Amino acid sequence: MARSKVSVDWVLVVSALLLSLYGIAIVYSAGQSDIPIAGYIRNAWKQQSIWFLLGLIGAYAMSRASVRMIEWMAVPLYAFTTLLLVLLPFIGKGAGTAAGVKSWLVVGGVRLGQPSEIAKLTVVLMLGKLLASSKDPPKSLVDLWKPALVVGIPWLLIMAQPDLGTGIVFVGIFFAMLFWSGISWRLLLLLASPVVSLILTFNTQMWGAWFLLLLALVLWYKPYLWEGVFLVGANVVMGVVAPLLWEGMKPYQQNRLRVFLDPSVDPRRSGYHVIQSQVAIGSGGWFGKGYTAGTQKRLAFLPEQHTDFIFSVLGEELGFLGVVVALTLFLTLFLRIIKIAERANDSFSSLVAFGLLASWFVHVLVNVSMTLNLMPITGIPLPFFSYGGSFMLASWLAVGVLVRIAHEGRGGKHGPFAI
Amino acid sequence: MSFHPNEVSRRARAAALICTGLIVLLIGAFFRAQILRNQQWVLMSEENRLREVPIAAPRGTIYDRKGKIIAENVVGYTVSVLAQSEDSLRGTLRRLAGTIQLSPQQSDLAVRRYRRAPTRPTVILNDASFDIVSVLEEHRVDFPSLIIMSAPKRFYPDGPAVAPFVGYTGEISETELLLPQFAAYKAGQQVGKQGLEKEYEAILHGQEGSRYVEVDARGRVVREQGAQERKAKQAGSLQTNIDLELQQYMYQLFADSLVGGAVAMDPNSGGVLALYSNPSYDPNKFTGGVSFAYYDSLRTNPKRPLYNKALQGLYPPGSTWKLATAAMGLQDDVVTLDSHMPQSCNGYYYFGNRAWRCWEKAGHGSLSLMGAISKSCDVYFYQLGLKLGLSRLVAGGVQMGFDKKAGIDLPEELRPKFPDRLQYFNQKYGARNWTAGAVVLNMSIGQGDNAQSVLNMARFYTALATNGEAAKPEIVRRRPERAKIMNLSPQQLEELRKAMMGVVSAGGTAASAALGGGVALAGKTGTAQTASLDRGKTCDHAWFVGFAPAEAPKVVVAVMLECGGHGFLAARVASAIIGKYLGVTPVLLMQTEGD
Repeated sequence: MARSKVSVDWVLVVSALLLSLYGIAIVYSAGQSDIPIAGYIRNAWKQQSIWFLLGLIGAYAMSRASVRMIEWMAVPLYAFTTLLLVLLPFIGKGAGTAAGVKSWLVVGGVRLGQPSEIAKLTVVLMLGKLLASSKDPPKSLVDLWKPALVVGIPWLLIMAQPDLGTGIVFVGIFFAMLFWSGISWRLLLLLASPVVSLILTFNTQMWGAWFLLLLALVLWYKPYLWEGVFLVGANVVMGVVAPLLWEGMKPYQQNRLRVFLDPSVDPRRSGYHVIQSQVAIGSGGWFGKGYTAGTQKRLAFLPEQHTDFIFSVLGEELGFLGVVVALTLFLTLFLRIIKIAERANDSFSSLVAFGLLASWFVHVLVNVSMTLNLMPITGIPLPFFSYGGSFMLASWLAVGVLVRIAHEGRGGKHGPFAI
Repeated sequence: MSFHPNEVSRRARAAALICTGLIVLLIGAFFRAQILRNQQWVLMSEENRLREVPIAAPRGTIYDRKGKIIAENVVGYTVSVLAQSEDSLRGTLRRLAGTIQLSPQQSDLAVRRYRRAPTRPTVILNDASFDIVSVLEEHRVDFPSLIIMSAPKRFYPDGPAVAPFVGYTGEISETELLLPQFAAYKAGQQVGKQGLEKEYEAILHGQEGSRYVEVDARGRVVREQGAQERKAKQAGSLQTNIDLELQQYMYQLFADSLVGGAVAMDPNSGGVLALYSNPSYDPNKFTGGVSFAYYDSLRTNPKRPLYNKALQGLYPPGSTWKLATAAMGLQDDVVTLDSHMPQSCNGYYYFGNRAWRCWEKAGHGSLSLMGAISKSCDVYFYQLGLKLGLSRLVAGGVQMGFDKKAGIDLPEELRPKFPDRLQYFNQKYGARNWTAGAVVLNMSIGQGDNAQSVLNMARFYTALATNGEAAKPEIVRRRPERAKIMNLSPQQLEELRKAMMGVVSAGGTAASAALGGGVALAGKTGTAQTASLDRGKTCDHAWFVGFAPAEAPKVVVAVMLECGGHGFLAARVASAIIGKYLGVTPVLLMQTEGD
């Protein structure tokens, strides 16, 4: 294994490389301001470059590791990450704007990273191993208890931090990998129905319509009786608990949802971020205001310009053209990973590839949508762009794994992109 | 998982479709925001970063008739702050108070200005001294949202001498902002508050310019945007009829001792040569906001400097009004200048059941109208009034404009008090509580329900000085407006003027006010006997209205001295003013004088 030459999927690697370089360029621009800003933001691009280089090394190492070895590592890694997440409330530290959220692992005063970043990877590996172990996809809700448990434990621990954004990613990974395992879409829909119920309770008529549709689906799908009862019950319960959940939310979370529905309710505070982000992007026009010349950013109207709202900087300075280039690069990457998952040699590899895709896709979708207020604000970074070491490293480790899977899969060694 | 290749590629196609679909949707959303709604967001982004800083326009210069400057602009400094919120403004003010002198009133004023126009730079100091400006420039870094600008500042070289007609400027008030004529004005701008400054605001107010500064999210000024500067436009100037030298002379003449008002007019054109009220105030101290202490000292001064005694002060005209009675008698052929009255003057006139006295207790004997005017004999005019009757006295007064403003182009002028019709008395006293006789007697000598401004008396005398047409008094030079107010022949007017010359010649009531240099002065003294209550005491106001040279009058002067005692005092002041204007010196004759 050590000596054999690994074929490289260049479409995958080049799009990831271009995204990373594009990202570092925007992180550099985010540090260029007309007003005095913190030194770490000004120098963020240097840090980001170092993490990028580390990521490249990590990716190379991962590409040398057999998928079998990764599969073998899945259980201990999963156990270790879960343990870290359990311990985090006691040993974790908050950072930056989310100082109240103890999501950082700090050893001897040095911030090592956020274990939730690693958890995204290990959950994908663990779920892949579990789903690959049975020949058939889960056929009923009962069959789903194990996958639900694998994702559920770290998910609950992360939601308790509370880190809503990462929680959404886990839900995305869960549904995407179930879909890839071949589960019937009707089961998937029923599974998702309580979530839909939860969202729709804000409007009674919508919820009523959804509930009737759900009843029809249950009758058509004909699940086991108690399954059907459970589903309908779960949806009713969601409708009932939604107001209670709302009450239980922190005021800033409530505000984020209110502001999502109408940013002008509080333009100076809760609505400020998303309004300024829209102003930045919208004023970019076709070609933008010029690299590093975005006024919204330079004059500090745009918040979190180097992390959560980095895409707004891109939109403002490079315009619609820059946005299309970035999103096209992402799409190229995603389609390539789907191809890799399709051609993978074994079901574990295939599931892992698709899980990694799901993780990135949810990140991109949620982050980018948030900058235009198409989704409520959740602190979720943009892969390859947002300033953050552990996420950059984790992303490139994932690229390494994908290179390996592509290498071992059909069309790997002998495919059109083999070297 | 089910890993049949066909199933996998079916799922792969579905996944690719979902991925592509959602990314395309995202691109669509960006297209809508960045291309379709670009304008809206560009506007918001510009609003975010650019702040309009108004550049005050210099007010128009005001000149006297010889081109001397009455009001001009000098360089001043304003200090304003670009505040994001009231809290941040208060914070800046608190920190500023540690660097420069800033009274709590000034801070409160700034906060109120901010509330009125939060998007404009909030003016903190309207007229900052050079010292304050240099201190602030030194601490520039500590106050990044501060804007220090040089702005034209109103200046009146002659200050108090011209204040009674030129007025002053000040910051537009909250109530003014609500008025339709100030619709285009913005809080913080300077407007004319009194006098010419107010009357001709539309002409004197220039067009405000503006420039833009770029600010950051906290309102700190980052840089200037020179390209978009719009220059302020200087307003048009104002040419007035004022003779600045004469005005200054009036100011010196009144000095500290005399209280009252004076008006000098050209009887032919109606041009106001000088208009003064004493004591005056310094209009320069109002520029950029009057200090509380100064305003309070003006407000509490018992001589009321803010009350214009030439325009707003209404005083019984007393004997100066006898010329109106005489003119009515002549135009209705009730008397001629040579007519004597049935009863000669022995100091009293018995009417009803009481004796009405003449100011001269010894009596004047039998006088013609000519003599009655120069001696100001009350008994003669009582009888002339009774011959005319009340309705003719009222109608004549209305005809001569005693119930209307003189129409000067100054906003302060008050409408005089005069019965505009007979009903007036019924309304005022009740139908049974007055008798025509008593009213007529009072009215014929300028007492009773008759209170005139100094200006309106001057206007009335322009008719006597010319051909019976009164000239509308005008400060700003324009086409003269004259109106016939008495139907007298040139001879009759000539004779009246001769009678008035008698007033200021030996034996007249103001003989000491005669002019030298062969210039004949004509006029009429008056003592307003209804006394105004001044701290519980009563006093008489002294009047003189006259003109010179008597044969071809070039100037009409009306002078009223509050509590000035007898009319001859006013006559001396008027004579000095006329002498100054005509370039002759008054001759001081020691002579018995009277009302």
